[in-house]
Amino acid sequence: MMSNRITTTINGQSVTKEVEGRTTLSTFLREDMNLTGTHIGCDTSGCGACTVLLDGKAVKSCTILAAQVDGSEVKTIEGLAQNGQLHPLQAAFKEKHGLQCGFCTPGMIMLAVDFLESNPSPSEDEIRHALEGNFCRCTGYHNIVESIKHAAENMSGVPA
Amino acid sequence: MIPAQFEYKSASSVQEALSMLGENDKILGGGHSLIPAMKLRLNMPEALIDISKIEKLKEITDNEATITIGAGATHASIAAHKALKNHAPMIAEAAGMIGDIQVRNRGTIGGSIAHADPSADWPAVLLAADAKIVIANATGSREVDVDQFFQGFYTTALEDNEIITAIRIPKSAANANSCYEKFVQPASRFAIVGCAAAVEKNGDSVSSARIAFSGVSDAPYRAKEVETALKGGDLSEEHLDMACAGVTSDVSVMSDHFASEKYRAHLATVYAKRALRRL
Repeated sequence: MMSNRITTTINGQSVTKEVEGRTTLSTFLREDMNLTGTHIGCDTSGCGACTVLLDGKAVKSCTILAAQVDGSEVKTIEGLAQNGQLHPLQAAFKEKHGLQCGFCTPGMIMLAVDFLESNPSPSEDEIRHALEGNFCRCTGYHNIVESIKHAAENMSGVPA
Repeated sequence: MIPAQFEYKSASSVQEALSMLGENDKILGGGHSLIPAMKLRLNMPEALIDISKIEKLKEITDNEATITIGAGATHASIAAHKALKNHAPMIAEAAGMIGDIQVRNRGTIGGSIAHADPSADWPAVLLAADAKIVIANATGSREVDVDQFFQGFYTTALEDNEIITAIRIPKSAANANSCYEKFVQPASRFAIVGCAAAVEKNGDSVSSARIAFSGVSDAPYRAKEVETALKGGDLSEEHLDMACAGVTSDVSVMSDHFASEKYRAHLATVYAKRALRRL
C-alpha cells in the first residue's frame, strides 16, 4: 500500500497520520479519527451529508482526498460546541425542530456555518438557495430553514 | 465506493507537476469531476498529481486587455471577482450557478474544462467569451482558441502530457454585455440546457454576437446561424423569434431521461431568448 504522511489540524488538534492515497477525507474522519458525526450519504458529492469546513470553507469531504488536507485545518460537527455550550446553529436546530431523523443535520449545520459567515442576515429565499447542495430525505426543509433563520438572528453581533 | 489504488503526489509548481506526470497519470485539481469518476472506476490512473496547492494557479489578474483566470481558481472565487463582474458578467454569473456552495468552494475552472462534460457550464460560457486556454507542456506553453479547444464528447485539445494553467478572457465590448441562462437538472445542478450570450451593439443594432450552448448536444457549440441572424437587427421579440429559430440547426440534440430531443431543442430556443432579452 502506498501511503502518505499527513499533518492536519482537526477541531483545533494537530494530528499526524499515514493515509492511503485513495482514502477520502470523509472516510478518514470516520474511520481513522472516529469522528462519526460526519455522515456519508450518497458518496458522490450530491447530498451534502459529509459537509465539513476545510480552512473555513464548507466542502463535501467525500470528494476530497485525505492526503490533500495535509497542512490544512478541518472542522467537523464535533468541533462546533465550545466548553459544553452548543453552537448557535446547533441550539437553533434543537429549538426549531430542524432535526427529523438527523442524518443530514451535521452537513446542514456545517454548510450553514460557512453560509452565515458570508451572509449574516439572509432572507428565506437566500437560505433555501444556500441549501441547494444539502438533501433532507425526510422532506423537512421547512424547519431547517427556520432553524438557520433563528440562528442568524441569535448570532448577529456574536462571533461564531 | 472506493477508487482503484493509485499513488498520490503533491506538486509545488507547474514545472514539477509536468515532470511528475506519467503516461497513465492524471492531474488532480479540485477533484470534483475526477474523484467521482475514479470511484466509479471510469478512471483508474496509476498516480494523481495534485496541483491544488500551487497558489499561483489560483490567481485572477486584471490586465489591460484581458483578465487571466488561473486554472486552479475555484468557481466561488470567480463568482466573487469584481473585475469579472464588470468586464465579463456572464463569467461571474455562471460561476455562481455551478453546483452548490460546497462544490463552488472546491471545484476549479481548469479542472472543469479539462474534463469537458457536455453538460458543464464553463464550456458554453468560455465559447461565448472568445476565451483563450493557456496550456503548459515540457517544451513551454501554448495558447489555444476556445473554438479549437472543445473538440467533442469529453474531448479537448489538451494532450496527456499537458496541464491547463490559465484561461484568458478578453475585455471586449461584447463580453461587457453578456449573460448566462440555464435550465438546471435539480439534483446535480448540471445544465440540461445552458446558453451563454455576448453581444456588442451599435445603438439598438447588434454588431457582433457569440451564442453558445452546453447540455444540448454531445459537445458544447456555438450557434453560428443564430449569431449571423442576430447581426444588423435589434433584440426585439420579433427579431429574436426569427434569429433563434436556428439554435440547434448545426447539431444533433441529445435525448435522455431528463429531457427528450424535442424538449431540449425547445428549451434551447427558450433559453437563448431569455439570455438575449437581458442584453
